[in-house]
Amino acid sequence: MTSTENSSRSTGAGAPVLSFNHTQMVFPDGTEAVRDVSLNISRGEFVTIVGPSGCGKSTLLKIASGLLESTGGTVSVDRDRLGYVFQDATLLPWRTVLGNVELLAELHDIPKAERRQLALEAIETVGLTGFTNHYPRSLSGGMKMRASLARTLTLKPPVFLFDEPFGAVDEITREHLNEETQRLFRQEGFAGLFITHSISEAVFMSTRVLVMSARPGTIVAEYEVPFDYPRSPELRFDPEFARLCGEISHALRGSHS
Amino acid sequence: MTIIDEKTEHEVAAPDDAPRPMQRIGIGRRLSNGILPPLALGIVVLGGWYFISYQLLDEKRRFLLKPPHLVVQNGIFDWTVFSEMLTGLWSSTKVAMIGLSISILLGFLLAIIMSQARVIERAVFPFMVTLQAIPILAIVPLISFWWGTGQRSRIIVCIIISLFPIIVNTLFGLQSAERGMHDLFTLHHASRLTRLRKLMFPAALPAIFAGLRISAGLSVIGAIVGDFFFGRGDVGIGQLLRRYANRLEGEELLAAVFLSSALGVTVFLTFGWLQNIAIGKWHQTSDGAP
Repeated sequence: MTSTENSSRSTGAGAPVLSFNHTQMVFPDGTEAVRDVSLNISRGEFVTIVGPSGCGKSTLLKIASGLLESTGGTVSVDRDRLGYVFQDATLLPWRTVLGNVELLAELHDIPKAERRQLALEAIETVGLTGFTNHYPRSLSGGMKMRASLARTLTLKPPVFLFDEPFGAVDEITREHLNEETQRLFRQEGFAGLFITHSISEAVFMSTRVLVMSARPGTIVAEYEVPFDYPRSPELRFDPEFARLCGEISHALRGSHS
Repeated sequence: MTIIDEKTEHEVAAPDDAPRPMQRIGIGRRLSNGILPPLALGIVVLGGWYFISYQLLDEKRRFLLKPPHLVVQNGIFDWTVFSEMLTGLWSSTKVAMIGLSISILLGFLLAIIMSQARVIERAVFPFMVTLQAIPILAIVPLISFWWGTGQRSRIIVCIIISLFPIIVNTLFGLQSAERGMHDLFTLHHASRLTRLRKLMFPAALPAIFAGLRISAGLSVIGAIVGDFFFGRGDVGIGQLLRRYANRLEGEELLAAVFLSSALGVTVFLTFGWLQNIAIGKWHQTSDGAP
């Protein structure tokens, strides 16, 4: 265990590293995707947004990353050191695992020897040692996501945005990836903003869960998650865990109607 | 610190959607699958050929389709004739390769420019389609009118005939990288050149090779068609075809046709081989049809 790991419940002390202030997004066709979202996330906080499909969750991440320009409000984040994990692994099929993990460091002009070292460390962190020379076509869905996580880790970003990254993998692999993401969060101490449809995934990993309403998306409920880190897989069978999932589910249904 | 655990090992040991390893196929099975069917059809065709030569054509009209052994004997085993054909074939090969090389350079350049700005793509594309739609025989007189009937005109025919598949496939390939990958490059402030070099061009390689295989075959056709119509300069296989046809030399004519076909097949296979070397390791369908 490294010194940066959070061994207990983290509430994210310190100044926010990602802030949305009255953020609004109206697309050119007049669709209002996001309305008046305000949210602060500090290092050591892992915040998950759950909401119905098309409610603007991913739009919020795209605004945070700069892929979309908001039409109202402000967003404050250091975009030069932003980790973004996509819905798909977005690995380049012509590069090996090592080549893919080195990519971002390469785009940031980090010298070859240094980026190789960073990539090998990140590959080891996500448990893909031994697969460095494999091409994506020979990896499972879960392994591709690990490689994608490793690629982002090479930049050691203080803020990680996760756009439903585990939606396409099977349930068992998804639970393993949840546990590993949680460990990475404890190890690296970044600020995480995670988007998902899965309430149990949200509660298992997060310090806070936000419920977003149907379009136009706005935050309608906020839940502090009271469980200490590290969280074991058995937590999913805890009555308190089930009660919190039920509450969030209830809020989600309310936001949908 | 590593976070690998027993679950990781489990997942690694049994990747859920990893491609299945190739099944080992025995030599006998490969022979029966890959060689026997075309061999059987070849024998049927040869039988049909002999039948037409000896049963359907009487002796006076047999010059229309000489039997296969005479084609081989007089068209290939006669060194004087065969060396003349090889010289002609080499001349046509040079024309095809020069034309194809220029097409590749021009095609890549145009496709890259078109991929960088939609407005250029919209401006250029209709003209490319129009050029492609003109039957090559219709512009042969125009080409000879402007550039004469020498080597240059033959190369121009090759370029016109082989350019379109390179442009279309390269452009399609350059535009084929997924949105998420582009977003990744955008997030990390990649320059236009970096994006082209590290994302769009490698993503385009499978489509580029598909285009190259088509264009390589077309360039051979272009060289022979050009040679057939433009009589000045080196004697190519096209001119020999015309000469043999005019002299009613059936054996030589058929041998020259087979030699031309062999050139097209060789060029096609060469690009298939290059494709496997370039992208075979990572592209799923590189060992299949283009």
